[in-house]
Amino acid sequence: MIQHGWADAAMIGAIVVFATIGDVLIAAAMRAIGDLDDIKAARGLGGAILAVLGSVRFVSGVFFMALSFFSLLFALSHADLSLIAPASASLTFVTNAVAAKIFLKENVDRRRWIAAVCVCAGVILMAH
Amino acid sequence: MTKSTMTFRRYVVLGVVAVTAPLGDTLLSAGMEKVGPVSLHHLSALIYAIQTPQILLGIVLLIAFFASYLASLSWADLTYVLPATSIGNVIVALLARFWRHEQISPLRWLGILLITAAVGFVAQGPSYTEVEEKKPVPCEISPESVGTPTRQSS
Repeated sequence: MIQHGWADAAMIGAIVVFATIGDVLIAAAMRAIGDLDDIKAARGLGGAILAVLGSVRFVSGVFFMALSFFSLLFALSHADLSLIAPASASLTFVTNAVAAKIFLKENVDRRRWIAAVCVCAGVILMAH
Repeated sequence: MTKSTMTFRRYVVLGVVAVTAPLGDTLLSAGMEKVGPVSLHHLSALIYAIQTPQILLGIVLLIAFFASYLASLSWADLTYVLPATSIGNVIVALLARFWRHEQISPLRWLGILLITAAVGFVAQGPSYTEVEEKKPVPCEISPESVGTPTRQSS
């Protein structure tokens, strides 16, 4: 029973960690590239797409998002959807807020913390 | 330092992020239910699955989601975009209630209320953190040092 709990926690942890790394890398890439509206106005849609696809951070972010997706598929084949989906989705909100504050230097003020916790609780409640 | 970079058009882009992700997932799920289970030995069935209208529309919506998600991250913070677009969960629940006539428990209504409150809360705040890059401090040039010959010691 305890082993089962640890396995579920490890699978949820893997989904959350990979999703957070992916989200932060993609957000960092988009911040470095700059406002896509401006790039599109200057270089057209093709130029904007090339700017995004040419970013190593973006490609790495997509790779980690893919890892998170496959971890989710693996977890769903071993545990209940009603546990895995809300737990991973809600925890990702909180870990993203922490990672964005540390790595992206975003100003996560009290308003954003409260919003992250409310969404986290809301997702858990909606799974019932 | 945080600032608001939001315009009406950008709120529409956030709306597209919020709506397309859950609708795309729902359409893929409905399409795959129609196709039935796909065995590892018959992966070619997935190519036929793409011809199903629901799956095709689902893929189009998910591409629209990713494009608008990337665009939004280029002018807003991750910690702003994620809570602001979580309203998609609420939209799916409301569609399930009023379109498919599914029952929603009181706990789910409470969850909907919490997410809606969070979206309203974060959307009123600043959307973008300007990270100041460290620039080299320019050397101060005094008027005396300009044009004054310096004696080289030999």
